[in-house]
Amino acid sequence: MSDLVKNIIRLVLFILVQVYVLDKIPHLHRFIVPYLYYLFILWLPFSIPRLGLLALGFLCGLLLDYFKMTPGLHTAACVLVAYARPFIINLLTAKETTEFNYHEPSPRGMGWGPYMVYAFILTLLHHSYLTGLEWLQFGTFLNLLIKILATTAISMLLIFTVELLFPRRMKYRTNTA
Amino acid sequence: MRNVFLFIQRYFVFLVFLILQGIALWMLFSYNRFHQAAFLGIASEVTGTINTRVDKVDDYFHLSEENRRLHRMNDSLLNTLQSNFVKTDTSAKLVTDSTRFDTVAAIRRYLSRDAKVVYNSVNRENNYLQLNRGAVGGIRDNMAVINSAGEAVGVVVNVSPNFSQVMSLLHVKSRVTAAIKKTGDYGTLEWDARDPRLLTLKGIPRNVEVKQGDTVITSVYSYNFPPGFMVGTVAAIQTEKASGFYLLKVRTAVNFNSIQQVFVVENLQRNEQLKLEQDTEQKIEQKK
Repeated sequence: MSDLVKNIIRLVLFILVQVYVLDKIPHLHRFIVPYLYYLFILWLPFSIPRLGLLALGFLCGLLLDYFKMTPGLHTAACVLVAYARPFIINLLTAKETTEFNYHEPSPRGMGWGPYMVYAFILTLLHHSYLTGLEWLQFGTFLNLLIKILATTAISMLLIFTVELLFPRRMKYRTNTA
Repeated sequence: MRNVFLFIQRYFVFLVFLILQGIALWMLFSYNRFHQAAFLGIASEVTGTINTRVDKVDDYFHLSEENRRLHRMNDSLLNTLQSNFVKTDTSAKLVTDSTRFDTVAAIRRYLSRDAKVVYNSVNRENNYLQLNRGAVGGIRDNMAVINSAGEAVGVVVNVSPNFSQVMSLLHVKSRVTAAIKKTGDYGTLEWDARDPRLLTLKGIPRNVEVKQGDTVITSVYSYNFPPGFMVGTVAAIQTEKASGFYLLKVRTAVNFNSIQQVFVVENLQRNEQLKLEQDTEQKIEQKK
């Protein structure tokens, strides 16, 4: 399957799962909102130019926003995640070993440790910005902090589960092929 | 000049990032203020169709509860039938006059239309519902929404041709006038974004006698909601220390997790009421 088709299917699936499964889960607690859809941005291939990444982040957020009737909220957070992604990848991986051997960020390619750190930083960034924007209109600072932490914890749990359930088989790229 | 171009070239990605952020934030804040956003009309047509399809499946999981609500509503209507009442005075003959050309003819104030909820959320600070009836079906902004058991749900804030969006009572900006049924004292119903089962009723003075379990209904002073519809029951009684008003926690009658069929109620005299209010204000201003 080509990259384009694969990622389009992924985007649709992530949005649908977010809107019709994760948002339909009976209310657990006011601090806990399960988010997973932005994993789409985390899973994009290494080779995408930074401008393309920004555009895809914008698109992904906007799609979700129109479903959730909060135009701009998730868009802003997604654009931030898409902008920060290359920096985090540069920090966490040695260019020669992973980026050329593997196609996209994954626990198998980067190792569980660096991958989880990568996911954690971007998750925290996404949730801080999102919750910050939401609570600009409403709420106190302590609530904001608790909500960011709780939501991040839930999201990390979800990402971990997804990575275990759906390991992406990727070819190890070599010069010989 | 060359430096400017060099600068743009060097920070092009960052500039694009800032522009996209700007667009997103502009959409967000303009939506929060006016409940209207770019392309939301077209977008809600698309999301509405998908929502309708998903909702068809989702319906089956709430059928029994919905059935029970409907049955109860039917029961309450059945009890109002004229044939239930016996005239003790046998010499009197009951005639129901159906002509409307009487000087004391009733004027219709509220008109309700049925609709189906296709999208609904409870787990955010700003919760909205989406209905499968829009401007083509006669829905306009500010109409009240009640569920199939006649319990207040929210107010329409935005319409597209075939769908409409409702600000649920579970929205931090929702303000609905509600009253204690027993005494008739009214206050403002708000939500503090904590528990989707509890609303807050503010503005009831301390001298009113309120007990736990008292019924809260929509007030006669509301421009949107028809009076007398159930909102919930008083769950806890607190007092605001500063103002000397009660801070009543109201347990909602509606289970916001399982709303399916709703009625959209239009106040046909709303515009007249608003105009009168504005005119009055103007008149008072001029006199000063």
